[in-house]
Amino acid sequence: MPVALRVIPCLDVHDGRVVKGVNFQNLRDAGDPVELAAKYSAQGADELTFLDISASVEARATTREMVARCAETVFIPLTVGGGVRSIEDVDALLRSGADKVGINTGALARPAVIDEIAKAFGNQVLVLSVDARREEGMPSGFGVTTHGGKRSAGVDALAWAREACDRGVGEILLNSMDADGTTDGFDLEMLRAVREVVDVPLIASGGAGTVEHFVAAARAGADAVLAASVFHYGALTVDQVKAGLREAGLEVR
Amino acid sequence: MGLLDYGSGNLHSAARAFRNAGADVVVTSDQAVLLQQDGLVVPGVGAFAASMAGIAAVGGIDVIRRWAEAERPLFGICVGHQILFEAGHEHGTHTDGIGLYDGEVIGLDARRLPHMGWNTVVAPAGSALFSGLGDERFYFVHSYAALTGPADALVTTAEHEDARFVAAVERGHVSSTQFHPEKSGAAGARLIANWLQTS
Repeated sequence: MPVALRVIPCLDVHDGRVVKGVNFQNLRDAGDPVELAAKYSAQGADELTFLDISASVEARATTREMVARCAETVFIPLTVGGGVRSIEDVDALLRSGADKVGINTGALARPAVIDEIAKAFGNQVLVLSVDARREEGMPSGFGVTTHGGKRSAGVDALAWAREACDRGVGEILLNSMDADGTTDGFDLEMLRAVREVVDVPLIASGGAGTVEHFVAAARAGADAVLAASVFHYGALTVDQVKAGLREAGLEVR
Repeated sequence: MGLLDYGSGNLHSAARAFRNAGADVVVTSDQAVLLQQDGLVVPGVGAFAASMAGIAAVGGIDVIRRWAEAERPLFGICVGHQILFEAGHEHGTHTDGIGLYDGEVIGLDARRLPHMGWNTVVAPAGSALFSGLGDERFYFVHSYAALTGPADALVTTAEHEDARFVAAVERGHVSSTQFHPEKSGAAGARLIANWLQTS
């Protein structure tokens, strides 16, 4: 039997609370991170991802405390991203109880940090988060964005994914900024395009609304499927998604 | 229970998982304190060579060897399992392991690497570690593994694409897993409890 398709609830954390908006705008409170983590774990979540979207140094410390509390009670892998720029940032998160660390803007600003982190902790610890959208003038048609999708990084998404793998990321979290928060389905075209050029595990993110959307992402080549809104607002439970994937003939835990 | 502290990333998760299963856990690199414990857990995340260097830096190689010679309970996790073999080959570099097990750790022959996620295992008859855990999945994250275990051990295997590799070894008082029981939910908790009961 192959390794199971992973279902990953994503918790955007701001000042110690879980929040959710559409295209990173109009943030709404979605609950206590530790309570949500325990709930999703009990529903059969295969992993949890926390994205720290707070801006201040104090808030980052709050997030590390929150991760430590989650790791006390939830015995599945925890990925934490947001504001990671150096080996020291990774070390602090791992010491708090994170198993993997997500990197995005920090790697775009200085790609060599990927090599440094992979060398120090192994590439399995590093998840490259790519916020991408359709962008004219990019060779692949997909460009990387920063600042929650508001700015173009001027970098081709496929070229960046390939370069990051060569440098040593162990996984790619591909977040569609066109689809994020819409619940209209994952961006399958972009998913297939990235799948073509990288061999590391690929996590599909952005746009999940129905069980069928998750099935489609898996068939397009995702090794894991990530969602936030559908889980936070109760449209779907993790076990419903996994039951649907199983019915479609996909391997799940 | 002593948990060898050499800076491994999963140290605290491992400590919590063993405590949850009812063990008294001391996290330390102090050899005198470790030698007073009933059991020794060697966690591990990352690279073989870096982990061996970390273990050596705290005098852990000697502690692990003495532990095994005295036939006291020992449990290795992920890289803490890999370093019990004779050697590791990562990025073309050969690094000596502790050598409790025959065999070497090499790169998995698979397209999708790292092997990351929840996979099934095939445990041999008579396995105490996997008692009651027949069809459960465990959390793996690695690109390297031993392809064969020691001949005189109970060896549990797993498959990633076409590569079959050692998922766990049980031999006398020494047990170890390539996967992370401390991150494998209820199945991992049961496996840790099984080990605590039989070691």
